[in-house]
Amino acid sequence: MSKVRLTIDGIAREVEAGQDLLSASLGLGVEVPHFCWHAALGSVGACRLCAVRIHDGPDDDEGRIEMACMTPVAEGQRVELADPEAAEMRARVIEWLMVNHPHDCAVCEEGGACHLQDMTVATGHHRRRFRFEKRTHRNQDLGPLLTHEMNRCIACYRCTRFYRGYAGGRDLDVFGAHDRAYFGRYEDGPLESPFAGNLAEVCPTGVFNDKGWSEHYARKWDMAATPAICTQCSVGCNLFAAERGGRVRRVQNRYHGAINGHFICDRGRFGALHVAEARLDHPRIGGAPADAETTRAAVQEALAKGAVGIGSPRASLETNAALRRLVGAERFFAGVGEAEARAVGRMAGWLAKGRGASLKQMEAADAVLVLGEDLTGTAPRAALALRQTARGAADALAAEKGVPAWLDNAARVAGEGRRPPVALVTPMTDALDDVATWALRRPPEEVAAFGQAVAAALRGEAAEEAAREVAEALKAAERPLVIAGFGTGRGDAVEAAGAVAEALGEHARLALFPPEANSLGLALAGAEGLEGAVAALEHGRAGTAVIAEVDLVERADPRLVERLFAAAETVIALDSAETRTTARADIVLPVADWSEAAGTLVNHEGRAQRSFAAVSGGRPAGWRVLAGLMAVRPGWDTLDAMLDALARDLPQLAPAKETAPGAAFRLPLGQVARAPWRMSGRTAQDLAGRVPEGTPPADDDAALAFSMEGAQGADAPPALRTSYGVPGWHSASAAPFLTDGPDGPMAGDDPGVSVLPGFTAPAPLAEHAPRGAGLAPLPLHEPFSGDELGRRAQRLAQRCPAPVIALHPDDAAEIGLADGQRVAVDGGEAVPLTLDPAVPKGHVAATAGRLLPRGGGHRAIVEAAE
Amino acid sequence: MTDKPLTGRARPDRRPHTLEEWRDLGGYEAVERGLRELSPERVLDMVDEARLNGRGGAGFPAARKWRFMPKPGEAPGDGPNYFIVNGDEMEPGAFKDRILLEALPHQLIEGAILAAYATHSTEIIVLIRDAYRDAIRNVSRAIEEAEAAGYLGRDVLGSGVDVRMWVHPSAGRYIVGEETALIEALEGKRAVPRKRPPFPAQSGLWGRPTTVNNVETVSCVSHIVANGSNWFQGLSRTQEGGTKVFAVSGRVHAPQVIEAPMGTTAAELIEMSGGVSGNGVLRCFQPGGGASGFLEPDALEVPLDFGHVRAAGSMFGTGTLIVLDETACPVGVIARHMAFYARESCGWCTPCRDGLPWAAKIMADIEAGAGHLSDLDILRMTVQVGGPRGRAFCDLMGGAMSPLGTGLDRFGALFEQHISDKCCPVARDHGRAAA
Amino acid sequence: MSLAPDLRAAIEAAKHHHGGPRPAMLEALRMIQQDHGWVSDAHLEEAAALLGVTTAEMEDVATFYSLIFRRPVGEKVILLCDGASCWLNGGDAVRDAVMARLGIGFGETTADGKYTLVNICCVGGCDHAPAAVIGRDRKLVGPLTADDLEGLLGEDAR
Ligand SMILES: Cc1cc2nc3c(=O)[nH]c(=O)nc-3n(C[C@H](O)[C@H](O)[C@H](O)COP(=O)(O)O)c2cc1C
Ligand code: SF4
Ligand code: FES
Repeated sequence: MSKVRLTIDGIAREVEAGQDLLSASLGLGVEVPHFCWHAALGSVGACRLCAVRIHDGPDDDEGRIEMACMTPVAEGQRVELADPEAAEMRARVIEWLMVNHPHDCAVCEEGGACHLQDMTVATGHHRRRFRFEKRTHRNQDLGPLLTHEMNRCIACYRCTRFYRGYAGGRDLDVFGAHDRAYFGRYEDGPLESPFAGNLAEVCPTGVFNDKGWSEHYARKWDMAATPAICTQCSVGCNLFAAERGGRVRRVQNRYHGAINGHFICDRGRFGALHVAEARLDHPRIGGAPADAETTRAAVQEALAKGAVGIGSPRASLETNAALRRLVGAERFFAGVGEAEARAVGRMAGWLAKGRGASLKQMEAADAVLVLGEDLTGTAPRAALALRQTARGAADALAAEKGVPAWLDNAARVAGEGRRPPVALVTPMTDALDDVATWALRRPPEEVAAFGQAVAAALRGEAAEEAAREVAEALKAAERPLVIAGFGTGRGDAVEAAGAVAEALGEHARLALFPPEANSLGLALAGAEGLEGAVAALEHGRAGTAVIAEVDLVERADPRLVERLFAAAETVIALDSAETRTTARADIVLPVADWSEAAGTLVNHEGRAQRSFAAVSGGRPAGWRVLAGLMAVRPGWDTLDAMLDALARDLPQLAPAKETAPGAAFRLPLGQVARAPWRMSGRTAQDLAGRVPEGTPPADDDAALAFSMEGAQGADAPPALRTSYGVPGWHSASAAPFLTDGPDGPMAGDDPGVSVLPGFTAPAPLAEHAPRGAGLAPLPLHEPFSGDELGRRAQRLAQRCPAPVIALHPDDAAEIGLADGQRVAVDGGEAVPLTLDPAVPKGHVAATAGRLLPRGGGHRAIVEAAE
Repeated sequence: MTDKPLTGRARPDRRPHTLEEWRDLGGYEAVERGLRELSPERVLDMVDEARLNGRGGAGFPAARKWRFMPKPGEAPGDGPNYFIVNGDEMEPGAFKDRILLEALPHQLIEGAILAAYATHSTEIIVLIRDAYRDAIRNVSRAIEEAEAAGYLGRDVLGSGVDVRMWVHPSAGRYIVGEETALIEALEGKRAVPRKRPPFPAQSGLWGRPTTVNNVETVSCVSHIVANGSNWFQGLSRTQEGGTKVFAVSGRVHAPQVIEAPMGTTAAELIEMSGGVSGNGVLRCFQPGGGASGFLEPDALEVPLDFGHVRAAGSMFGTGTLIVLDETACPVGVIARHMAFYARESCGWCTPCRDGLPWAAKIMADIEAGAGHLSDLDILRMTVQVGGPRGRAFCDLMGGAMSPLGTGLDRFGALFEQHISDKCCPVARDHGRAAA
Repeated sequence: MSLAPDLRAAIEAAKHHHGGPRPAMLEALRMIQQDHGWVSDAHLEEAAALLGVTTAEMEDVATFYSLIFRRPVGEKVILLCDGASCWLNGGDAVRDAVMARLGIGFGETTADGKYTLVNICCVGGCDHAPAAVIGRDRKLVGPLTADDLEGLLGEDAR
């Protein structure tokens, strides 16, 4: 990239060529006010707030007022933000925007973290001159997740541009014209897009807000924020978790340049609040509450019979490593079927070859093949990334016409709707079909064959026509991408994806999505599938099963789970919430959920990331509880010590320690403060009934303080950031100050460390079509209900569709089942049967996890329920 | 050849000519000559030499706009070039395109075919405002006739050129007349203007090279091709070519459409319209429709064309005069204009969406005698901050500020009197404002 | 009441005109209004389904354009010009007279469902000021006077 030199308010600057002046200014830390511009959405010039005076060069004395967001940077440009006429324009724009704004900051959730407030203060408008009646709007009920308060709207059009243009939603739009423009739905009802929650952050004022937070409201400055990692799929989005009074009030996006950028999905945002639901707070033996001592004794007795450990794809590396240490490496297994365990191991192997694509890299792809994965259901944020891929070709054509991509609306037009080739090879209708060149439907067991055919075509061998076309497109691309996962319950798509990449060459990338937040971490810890654990129990090599934070029923063949419960003398289950596994366990031990403990997770790229405790004094982390069960205390008193042990036991995972500074890390101001300096009631909020002011609770596992004392904002290293912390900018609009380019990496680099290098993959599992009675399972993935714990969160639960069992009408007729009849799969929960000709014959499609475990390899029986 | 080439052939009852009738009047000869004998470049050069300035408001030279249109295969992407005829005509005081559309559709089609030929366009779309139902009907029928006669369709007159043409009725809103908003409307979206650059010739309808011209501009083209550039240029009294279809309304005895040489003065046009009505004494006039600044009697002898009117401190715009005698109150006229522009804002950009309604509310109050002196600060602020080009997203806001700004400058005392006397001083002193 | 079969067919056909379903939305709205005088929720929803667009997308354009009526209108819609040229020629008096005669204001419909009064500027009839257009074929009438509304309202003027 070439550079241009310009001056801003007399100071010489050098910036990347080809960008707009507003992006460039913010990147330099120059605070140009703006509304309609958004780092991920580009420039449209609607609000007219970013007015600056621009002189084209040394000879242009007069210059002219221009919108910074609509002006390309140019060599020799002289920019004056401080120019009085430009400043006056900005102040008047605010005054105009305030004409109809209700000035209800005191009762508005956004207050204190409101971009409109910030900009109003920044431009100096403070006296109201409009003496007429304001126009008012009716608000809509947009469902359980978001509030709608249209009178606060300043018509920046960010909401529709995000919702429709970026996220592909079609039920939010703008109605009417002139000063009555209205942003909403055709009628009341929940916003359909699984990314709607981002509106709470995209909207620069208080129109859209998090409804749950609004109900249990605390001002932004009265909440303490903690950097956390989403646990609800393998993408590993970075979050801010905001807490007050021991309760997580709200979860928001935390910028990460390679992963989530400015947006997360609703599952992540609202599902994280499951922490309040179905909690396990007390140890239990045989269904009855037990005290710590009795429990410890019972556990010791059970462990003495020899135990297998069953690790979890959603628990931290630390907890899995602790369990592995407790039972011994050879008796440590994964709480998922062997097909899944092996497939994830294979993914790690392919990724270790350096082919892995981050979400950011996905967005840059110019030809895509998706093999089997319903991304919107299994890794929603990745689906959002794939949507941006779809814009690449249009942007390229626009560029040929001299229209830069950042000039958003113009680039869309100039791009003539051109699309890069995207082939979706999935079993059922896919939410991404609208961006697909080829939406090809193949039953799960034929997906890999298609991929192999593409690979064959690429090698010049004979192949079916569709595969040849796709191969052709991938071959012509500069940045081809192949995507696969374990969504269909089969691992062969991963092999096929790898084969396509190999056939394409070095430049081809793979985006592989294992099912859960730490699936890859579990695989790297060397855990084999649940079958091994069952075999060990059945052959008497162990009498006890210790299951750490995993509901087996959700994930594995129910027959296998039954065998485990039958074979184990004692089942010990650790978890934060009641599950179908803890309900049956003999001994139940409560452990921390994501909000109570620090831990490390390995995302789909093989990037280890650290999440920290958002509340203090919660239940102990799984690894701490496990340490307490060991006959000899292992000396893991802190996370840092645990990570040292982990590095010794599993050298592959040693870099995990580097994902964030250790607890001893100090800045000149000390630790990094979770609470902002403005926090009020800090000395009283946790002290009900106590007179003396307590010392803030300590966090042994992080260089973060549960107080306002310490360093704040941008001073903190990226992995420890508790806010964007730019003075005067209190909303998510501050993010661009901390990044290298509007949606580039964070200054100081994006957090996370790869733990893949040097990993050797297991051999692929020979996949054979399951035989016997029943139908082949086809798990249906769903963005809202996709996570075992997340779907319990009260508000998200209201957005989760009812679970489905669907059959092809011919199969239903053969079994003798009718549309709407109550049926169950393998004796599970009964729901009304859906007949759908889109279900491939011989398959039962059913909601993944809830009605059909993820792991394939078995046949499922569909029967009428009484 | 008449001195009124554009309107001279219109029937008094405005019934459009059939194709046969039109051909009897020499119709389609220019198309035959143009497509058979002239290259697209030659047609373009002729229009250039004729100094045809766009009649839709900005006065941009038509040929210069056409030269931006790439030849087939030159532009990136796939698809045709488009030529669009702008028949939205919703500017207050404008009614000149109506006669050209209603009574003279074949003249428009001829011009459009030649313009399409010169701009390598194969698709012609005529956007006509909803209220002009006769125009929509007449132009549509004339297109059918022209198609049947082989002037439109495949391989027109054996030239190898395919040209399709159809009418798109607007669903209503003034902003649809803004050329980039018009393109959005044709794409089935809200008529929100687009950023320029990229200009429509780079990226217009569906991202394809596109030219938009006003109905009157297009109606001139066949005459230029038929009679030559010099003839057309010679019709004018000034450096800008052709006649102009003026329209005069407001306080004149016989408001009407008048085709006269470019450079005709307001004095002449008012005279031709039966003279000033009311008390017969001119107070002021807008020379170019609602979005043009006020001029006073000292400008009566200014030759009306884009250059001269600009030099006189206003804008020639659509060339449609709104006349006020001494018993007519400019504050009332401005109040009507502000209400209109506020209502017609597309709602995209802040100055226009929120600034105009505020100004409109103030104007309504002032006119009704309920204004405050401090209101004038807001009005002046709105003009100063929102008026200059580039402050709002498109030119609607700037257009709206022309009458307000010039009104405040020229008739400031009247504004203040409204406020201090709490009534309209003009109505009070001259009786009710009635014709 | 659902759309007549030939209207449904015309809407579906519009999808295949230039540009696909997006421009067809406006065409559909116009056709519905031509037949029914206005666009009801039910008709809008039906047309959206026919075109494969969302009701929100349909409503977006339906509410942007001022001459798509989303509320019931009378048999005849009067678009009365409130522009400057008409005002200069006594437009306000005509407006008051029409309102008094019909007993309705702008945006309202007479109780007998015969007339709806809408203000518009300009109707391109400044040479007939004060002017209005009336009815589904938008007939231009003017110059109107406050004492003689017959040109506009015919028999109902008295
Ligand atoms: C708010 C606005 C409304 C306009 N309305 C019209 C119109 O109704 N008819 C028209 O020909 N041009 C209108 N224009 C001008 C067009 O944008 C465009 O310049 C014109 O159609 C080009 O034609 P010409 O070059 O032949 O003049 C309008 C411009 C603005 C800013
Ligand atoms: S000035 Fe702005 S709001 Fe007004 S019409 Fe133009 S773009 Fe729309
Ligand atoms: S940020 Fe530049 S115009 Fe809105």
